[in-house]
Amino acid sequence: MYQTKYHRPASIDDAVAALAAAEDGKFLSGGQTLLATMKQRLAAPTDLVDLRGIPGMSGITVDADGVTIGAATIHADVAASPEVAAAIPALAALASHIGDPAVRHMGTIGGSLANNDPAADYPAAVLGLNGTVITNQREIPAEEYFVGLFTTALEEGEIIKAVRFPRPKRAAYQKFAQPASRFALVGVLVAETDDGVRVAITGAGSDGVFRAGAFEAALNGDFSAGALDSASVDADDLMNDIHATPEYRAHLARVLAQRAVKAAG
Amino acid sequence: MSTGIGARVKRKEDKRFITGQGRYTDDVRVDNQAYAAFVRSPHAHAKVTSIDKSEAEAAEGVIAVLDGRQLTGDGIGNLICGWAVSSKDGSPMNMGPWSALATDRVRYVGDAVAVVIAETKQQARDAAELVAVEYEELPVVASSTAALEDGAVQVHDNAPGNIVFDWEIGDEAATDAALAGAAHVTEMRVVNNRLSPNPMEPRSAVAIYDSAEDHYTLYTTSQNPHVARLVLSAFYNVAPEHKLRVIAPDVGGGFGAKIYIYPEEITCLWASMKTGRSVKWTADRSEAFVTDAHGRDHVTHARMGFDANGKIVGFKVDTHANLGAYMSLFSSATPTYLYATLLSGQYDIQNIYGNVKGIYTNTVPVDAYRGAGRPEATFLVERTMETAAREMGMDPAELRRRNFIGSFPHQTPVIMTYDAGDFAGNLDMGQAAADVAGFPARKAEAASRGKLRGLGYSCYIEACGIAPSAAVGSLGAGVGLWESAEVRVNPVGTIEILTGSHSHGQGHETTFAQIVGERFGLPIENVSIVHGDTDKVQFGMGTYGSRSGAVGMSAIVKAMDKVEAKVKKIAAHVLEASEDDIVIEGGAVKVAGTDKQMLWHEVGLAAYTAHNLPAGMEPGLKETAFYDPVNFTFPAGCYIAEVEVDPETGVTKIIQFTAADDFGTVINPMIVEGQVHGGAAQGIGQAMLEGVVYDEDGQLLTGSYMDYCMPRADDVPFYRIEHNKTICPGNPLGMKGCGEAGAIGTPPAIINAITDAIGNNDLQMPATPLKVWTALQAAQKPMAAE
Repeated sequence: MYQTKYHRPASIDDAVAALAAAEDGKFLSGGQTLLATMKQRLAAPTDLVDLRGIPGMSGITVDADGVTIGAATIHADVAASPEVAAAIPALAALASHIGDPAVRHMGTIGGSLANNDPAADYPAAVLGLNGTVITNQREIPAEEYFVGLFTTALEEGEIIKAVRFPRPKRAAYQKFAQPASRFALVGVLVAETDDGVRVAITGAGSDGVFRAGAFEAALNGDFSAGALDSASVDADDLMNDIHATPEYRAHLARVLAQRAVKAAG
Repeated sequence: MSTGIGARVKRKEDKRFITGQGRYTDDVRVDNQAYAAFVRSPHAHAKVTSIDKSEAEAAEGVIAVLDGRQLTGDGIGNLICGWAVSSKDGSPMNMGPWSALATDRVRYVGDAVAVVIAETKQQARDAAELVAVEYEELPVVASSTAALEDGAVQVHDNAPGNIVFDWEIGDEAATDAALAGAAHVTEMRVVNNRLSPNPMEPRSAVAIYDSAEDHYTLYTTSQNPHVARLVLSAFYNVAPEHKLRVIAPDVGGGFGAKIYIYPEEITCLWASMKTGRSVKWTADRSEAFVTDAHGRDHVTHARMGFDANGKIVGFKVDTHANLGAYMSLFSSATPTYLYATLLSGQYDIQNIYGNVKGIYTNTVPVDAYRGAGRPEATFLVERTMETAAREMGMDPAELRRRNFIGSFPHQTPVIMTYDAGDFAGNLDMGQAAADVAGFPARKAEAASRGKLRGLGYSCYIEACGIAPSAAVGSLGAGVGLWESAEVRVNPVGTIEILTGSHSHGQGHETTFAQIVGERFGLPIENVSIVHGDTDKVQFGMGTYGSRSGAVGMSAIVKAMDKVEAKVKKIAAHVLEASEDDIVIEGGAVKVAGTDKQMLWHEVGLAAYTAHNLPAGMEPGLKETAFYDPVNFTFPAGCYIAEVEVDPETGVTKIIQFTAADDFGTVINPMIVEGQVHGGAAQGIGQAMLEGVVYDEDGQLLTGSYMDYCMPRADDVPFYRIEHNKTICPGNPLGMKGCGEAGAIGTPPAIINAITDAIGNNDLQMPATPLKVWTALQAAQKPMAAE
């Protein structure tokens, strides 16, 4: 790791100011990707601005409309929350399968979403559950938030404060882990919402998380695993690497979507 | 509770390991400490056109920036290969030079070109990035297949066609004739995947040069510190042996990767002399992936012929072994004498021919990794047997039974003389423990859940306890493979065992104490094991090839024989009895049939006070022995895997894993089971998870745990372990060795089980879900077409 300067601001304004003053600063919120990258000397921010100490940044609120999770809330807290498990069980289950216990006790939902790793789990939750990313500047609908690989709609100095998930009628997440990293080789979140069925797929897309329109159309007509028998995602849009071909990913997407439909009950 | 041979004694060494008090090389801190960071090639093959060190030399904290021309200019010798293997035309190996720091050409990603010595590790690494190396890239051969293509670039100028050796064993004409007359011939193409060893502790070195004495000390992660000293002294010209002390303190796993003496250790010693500072280097995991010698990487075509009764008539094998960019210390022996000499497996095969080409590529050097050659042989033989049984419509266990060797000694056509074994008994034991009879019902139950069950066998044999020195010498080894021990009885009767074996996870401090305690009737707390320091231990060849029991303990037994003889002489003299009437039992030295005795410590005291010793006897009570084995030992066994495949995803779950091993005498069953568990976990890793992948430019795609999949706790099953015990006639304790069996026997059992489940024999390791699913699609296509 190169030398870096660590800041722990007490307010969002201080955090924005610290980043603006830095030569090449980065926000830090758990650092489960950033710190590992820095240790490999592949990233060298001059300053790290740690957002976790800002009051009000962490915690879980559940009301009639849905679940709101503070950006600095660790995955383990989401996974262990009885309120989340009651309101959106798929969300608690998804959080419980991120990384390993050490990652789940350091990594945060805001950090994960700001990083937008194409194989991360939370992007599937936000897109599939039609979540809203709440920042210090605005509210960003899921559709607009995810722009591409490691790319989001966040502007320089924009900080995620919380994420709001509306209650679905039913939902489930199915993850197929890449054997080595245990990130999602393919992860599929299926949700039946007030506005219809949403299917979000992570781990597979060449541009990151995406909605599977063909799956949604089939499930809107018939919310059953069998409805997906002849539906598919286009392998041409999927990633190819040493762990999976696009064809295998496309196949897994359908199998996992079917399993998610069954699990959603 | 007994602590002798056969007792499940808890490990003496675990207190310090479990409480974090182990002392590893990286824990060593000395005065005047500086740190090394290596500048490594980002290219798989390139000419080094210039090295500009000026910016790095000016950086904060930098003591020196040293390059390969300085190193060779100071007379540091090239790295050696310790085993000369000749080609079938009699010509010697075409071995290219390997300098610890490359001078004019780099040959793999990670090849070191310079080293920075600085006050802190951080400063050394920062400055290493400031060393400006200009490269002129050359074409790359990143696989043995690419290296053998017409017109392929040569990795070394003196290895035409990238062939280091073209070696053979057995009778080709007789084997061809046997195959021509066979009723059935099974043909196989088998890839033995390339592995990265990944001991938990990365390699490390602390080099200390004492200019007043012109003396060097090296703390290092070694399985064989005396061999390291010998090679550093005799071939690398670092210092003569009496001016070089090598200490391998606690070492956190070796698996073969810590046998060798690497460029980093050589460079640290030299740099310590150059700078007058002690120099420390510890690999990080990324560095380990590109510097620790990789394992395996064979591509093999084989044909096995059978008569109408399923009796094997001939076996012909053609193997391409990727040796990487340079010849590592035992890289020539691993794919030849440690591999093809076991192509007979557990079977009576009259005609065998093996041809092995050793091939240079632009990849990390490849050498022995847990099992070393024997896993490659076992995988080939056992995959072929299982496939042949399926092709001939026979029960795979029955096919093996028809071919088992049943009487001993048995001379194979490929050098080895098997001394003892009970192959059918191992199979019986394995089948009973695995409830093979109940498999069809379990398969049907799985099918009712939409899952595919498969069962696979592996009847492995290995050659361990390496090795008779004269025999390996005649085959080209540059060293003898004996072991030494000193038994030092103190005046108070406690005992120190100085052994040339090195413990890096094997539990020697416990098992070696058990055999001493048993012999003299002493508590094992009274016995301590000293190892890993060339200034303390007389000499030793180290630990690898499952040799510490069969060879290392045998040396201890031989030294104990001498101690016992002297003890009896002293006791007979003091007790005024005949030496023949003296017995040692329960911590006392007695005159048989009388109540006359000396306690053990009284004999020790008598030896050192020397007030009343037999005339002419030297005082003291310590004896040294060198033991040279008379033969290899031949652990063998039967492994049975039962797996369940999810046809929708290709995910394989190991439902049950049974190991019926014959290791001969077992000193500590708990430790032996632990060795089998660990070996089997590595075998499961090779079979299902692990695989080094290079792209065609020679870039390592599996350079971290994000892409290189090590087995985790939830990847491995609970094991059923059985022990058959035929006693090895070749050594005093009757031991065969257990350290590598799991890694050798497991992969074919797993792959045989998966291919049984999916109905497609064309499946290579690692059998990831992707590969299993793809093979399943291929198997189902013809059915869909019908």
